[in-house]
Amino acid sequence: MSQNQEVEKKDRPESEMATIYIMGKPYEVPSELTIMQAQEYAGYRLIRGVGCRGGYCGACTTIYRKKDDYKLYIDLACQTKVEDGMYLVQLPFVPARKPEWDLDELEATSEEVIRIFPEITRCVSCNTCTQACPQNLEPMRAIQAIRRGDLEKAADLSFDCISCGACSARCPAEITHYHVFQLVRRLYGKYIQPKAEHVTQRVSEIEEGQYDDQMDELIELPEDRIRELFLDVRAGNEFSLDQNGGEE
Amino acid sequence: MTDPYPEHMMESVRRVNATRDERKDMEFDRIPEEESDELLRQWHPDYRKSDPAFFRELAIGPAKGKVVPTEVANVLEAYPRVDPADVDLSEVEYSTELLVIGTGGAGLSAILWANNEGIAMEDILVSTALRLGDSNSKMSQGGIQACDGEDDSPMIHWLDVLSGGHWTNDRPLARDLVEKGPLAIKWLESLGATFDKEQDGDMQLLMAGGASRKRIHSCKDYTGLELTRVLMDEALSRDVNTLEFCPTVSLLTDGSGAVAGGLLWNMETEEYHVVRSKATVIATGGFGRLHVAGFPTTNHYAATCDGLVSAYRVGADIIHMQSTQYHPTGAAYPEQIVGLLVTEKCRSMGAQLVNDDGEAFIYPLEPRDVESAAELKEIGEGRGITTPTGQDGIWLDTPMIDEKRGEGALEDGLAAIYRLFTRFGIDPTEYPVLVHPTLHYQNGGIAINRETQVVKPDGSPIENLFASGETTGGVHGDNRLMGNSWLEIVVFGRKSGISAAKHAKKAKMPKKSDLSLAHLDRYSKELEKAGIETERRTPIILPNYLGQNTMKATGYGKEKPFKRRLDLFA
Repeated sequence: MSQNQEVEKKDRPESEMATIYIMGKPYEVPSELTIMQAQEYAGYRLIRGVGCRGGYCGACTTIYRKKDDYKLYIDLACQTKVEDGMYLVQLPFVPARKPEWDLDELEATSEEVIRIFPEITRCVSCNTCTQACPQNLEPMRAIQAIRRGDLEKAADLSFDCISCGACSARCPAEITHYHVFQLVRRLYGKYIQPKAEHVTQRVSEIEEGQYDDQMDELIELPEDRIRELFLDVRAGNEFSLDQNGGEE
Repeated sequence: MTDPYPEHMMESVRRVNATRDERKDMEFDRIPEEESDELLRQWHPDYRKSDPAFFRELAIGPAKGKVVPTEVANVLEAYPRVDPADVDLSEVEYSTELLVIGTGGAGLSAILWANNEGIAMEDILVSTALRLGDSNSKMSQGGIQACDGEDDSPMIHWLDVLSGGHWTNDRPLARDLVEKGPLAIKWLESLGATFDKEQDGDMQLLMAGGASRKRIHSCKDYTGLELTRVLMDEALSRDVNTLEFCPTVSLLTDGSGAVAGGLLWNMETEEYHVVRSKATVIATGGFGRLHVAGFPTTNHYAATCDGLVSAYRVGADIIHMQSTQYHPTGAAYPEQIVGLLVTEKCRSMGAQLVNDDGEAFIYPLEPRDVESAAELKEIGEGRGITTPTGQDGIWLDTPMIDEKRGEGALEDGLAAIYRLFTRFGIDPTEYPVLVHPTLHYQNGGIAINRETQVVKPDGSPIENLFASGETTGGVHGDNRLMGNSWLEIVVFGRKSGISAAKHAKKAKMPKKSDLSLAHLDRYSKELEKAGIETERRTPIILPNYLGQNTMKATGYGKEKPFKRRLDLFA
């Protein structure tokens, strides 16, 4: 390992090295890497604890402490730079109960959410979940919003949740926040947010076959004619198969 | 407050700031077709067909003679990673009506619609390389197109799709795409997806690059996350039967050449699972992790072209594979996020692309290939910005968004982007962000018909095999417009679930004694006959970034090495 590292250092004069501890073992890695890249650089073949590598999937929740610092940090390995003296361990996942539900049979009320997830009434507002969130969300406020009956607020506060489970790992009331929030958002989307009437309208028009004749004709046209039609609609005109364009 | 960029970059930032006022009300002309053609020919990697560093003609297989990116040729002209001699096919672990491979948007839609079509959830088995839902779908930000706006229609959407695809699209497939669009939105809405809406419930429609009408439906800039997790939650609520970390490494065939199931590989216990099925749906997504042409990628870890490789070995044709989408705005600074997506929604909300001198050089909503080529031209002609690690880039003037739409517009509408950069000390409402084209999407792929059956070069279907989503080709032609991929995975994922379910209802379960990997032996023989000597074993399931590969130097087009270091699978 040391020989490789020397070659690396010579090749990469701009890079400073940092010492990190993975599962207790020290490794010297370039300091501009993310935690995830540093693990790979150190030779760890990742199967679990890695997914999108872009901060969306929540697979790479990592907890760490720093030298001479009592605090326990929780971050995404793919979105966090290594620091010298970092001691880290990865959580493959946080086990959680995911009840099954049929959205069509539910009501969009906090009572319904509490019936499915009674443990949210045990929230002691300790805010540990919020402190654990690598997305800087406020899960505690969202749980409290549900208890107040404000599902819209809870849906909004939890919208950027990537279900990494860090909150659930820390919660003394053993709430699985991300499943609770998923239910709340679906209830909000289905029952509280008003429906888009223009979508339903267009679906009916299509299903009634209003566009069939024009589409039948359009897809058989030669390419140059299709190009003309495109330029015409791009200029803001209505679609018309009439050679002269414009309205019939 | 300290500057978020090194001084030489800050100098350029000040030039960008200085021109913002005059750019604010600037009207851009769409560039004429001859000019965009010229840009593409000179600067886009897709147009370097005669350069073996970029493209190669396939020497074997059903699409023999077709020209594909060299990295794709490498995975197709490789020996199967499965040695048939190592597998005991008499040990059938699962017999299932339907095997679904992959759990992004297309796979999840297929599962739910096969179930709606009458296949019980316990009769569907799902194979996925990572966890349920880990996919490019989940990472998509910008939105989903559908022609439900007042001034819109399926015809106008279809014309846009064809224009975006340079008129090469499979026309009937493109028709199915647009005609089922509003239905796809309605379905997602009924499942409880939260779209960006007006008070009265009307969708807030946005413009996509290359489109002629506002047609983008979004869920802030977490559209893919929101839609994927809704589909995942529905699948979990119906008790989906998923084998996670168990990718399908080969299809199984019967004596007649029909597909009879899949061979799954448990990456953790390192053992095979033999699955026989009446119907199989491939929904494995794209190939970003092949790092085509040496580009960084927005794609998730398992986007390695695996489903396409398996399909090819049972005789599937592949189409439009010569066309790759480089998203114009991948992050180029800081080093830790190079390649990650900076959504097109930024430009649709008003951000402009600006060079080192603070000049806006292109209408921000040209089709993606044209935008990317325009950036590569600016960089190639010396008007780009180079970071300390040697990565070139162009400014995306994000402060313009609040400037045009009012304070808070960026943070509210682009939360993911705001988070991506502030994590590294760059406030995109105050400072422009640096971007470079990044490998985003596999435009072509497995050839399918309107029933989503996988087809051979003569157009006849491969029995029992269906495919949908990014792994397939045809719908988008040579270039895809923003928002049409999510539309594709919902529309064709649904179709593949329904088609496969209908098929499974009347098909017979393959006999255990008929299960075979003989097609792999035939493939190996074909490789030998063509004189291909290689150590390569495919499908690749996960890229190898170990050790020095993590930081390996590579090059755009290889002959002109990037000055920066970039992760690359070996």
